[in-house]
Amino acid sequence: MTRGPAQGAIASPPVPGSAGPEAHVMVGSADMFVNWSRKSSLWYLLFATACCGIELMQTGASRYDLDRFGAVFRASPRQSDLMIVAGTITHKMAERVKRLYDQMPEPKFVISMGSCANTGGPFYKDSYCVVKGVDLIIPVDVYVPGCPPRPEALIDGILQLQKIIEQKRNFAKKV
Amino acid sequence: MEPQALFDAVKAKFGDSALELQSAGCRPAFVVVAPGSIADVARFLRDDPAMRFDSLMCLSGVDTKDRFAVACHLYSMQHRHAIGLKAYLPKENPSLPSLDAVWPAANFMEREAFDLYGIVFQGSKDLRRILLPEDWEGHPLRKDYKYPESYHGIKV
Repeated sequence: MTRGPAQGAIASPPVPGSAGPEAHVMVGSADMFVNWSRKSSLWYLLFATACCGIELMQTGASRYDLDRFGAVFRASPRQSDLMIVAGTITHKMAERVKRLYDQMPEPKFVISMGSCANTGGPFYKDSYCVVKGVDLIIPVDVYVPGCPPRPEALIDGILQLQKIIEQKRNFAKKV
Repeated sequence: MEPQALFDAVKAKFGDSALELQSAGCRPAFVVVAPGSIADVARFLRDDPAMRFDSLMCLSGVDTKDRFAVACHLYSMQHRHAIGLKAYLPKENPSLPSLDAVWPAANFMEREAFDLYGIVFQGSKDLRRILLPEDWEGHPLRKDYKYPESYHGIKV
């Protein structure tokens, strides 16, 4: 068997920087860069109180892979940018939710996941112990409907939150 | 052991403290006893060789509007028989001797009945609210419970 010189040759990898100087330049406002970095690393608090937590786990696991949007879970509120309130919040739990939220560093965002966190859901009427919506305790950026929402819905909520973060004005004058 | 024979045995030992046998529509049948004697009856049911009710499966509070009740479901792993044990309590200041010295499992269930019905279990090891916050007012599963307007500033 004969082999030509071309068959055995391995193409050499491109030398870094060979694409030209324009490949290393981005032009934009400071807000754009800050918002881009913030929206691309939404570390969410590992916190769930009911069945929505199962969907939250699914979303974070390999099949739906929330990591591809830069969102990974953190076990400590002090390392988290995003709180996904996944599940029923009772009055007994409300104080803990508030405390966890207060422990998160600014800037922080909240996604209310599922009917219970949005409005109290099936416990809206005739429940003495369930908080009728987590927005009574902490400010909410995005509401994700569903009981519980599918992982696609939660991912959509995170993408909506990324759109909100893109609009933030940190340095430019607020209009 | 059949419920009637079991009731007769309790009746023979405790006399008038064993009030009645409720067997219509309940399974297992309930032996209704006077509230003050429930701890003694429970100990007898646990220790008697023919009874040996070693498992307290459930302890519940009941509000029947005109009075309260505490209902226990007992099971014997050895004899494979079951029975209910029930005591009726007055509407005002319902209280009952605690069963947690007989079956330690009673403690959590008594705390739940205390939390949601306000039934006081005398001599309990640890009678605190178990589900609701410590400073909650009222006992929500009572029929005449009035919902609070707010709790710690949050609308209920």
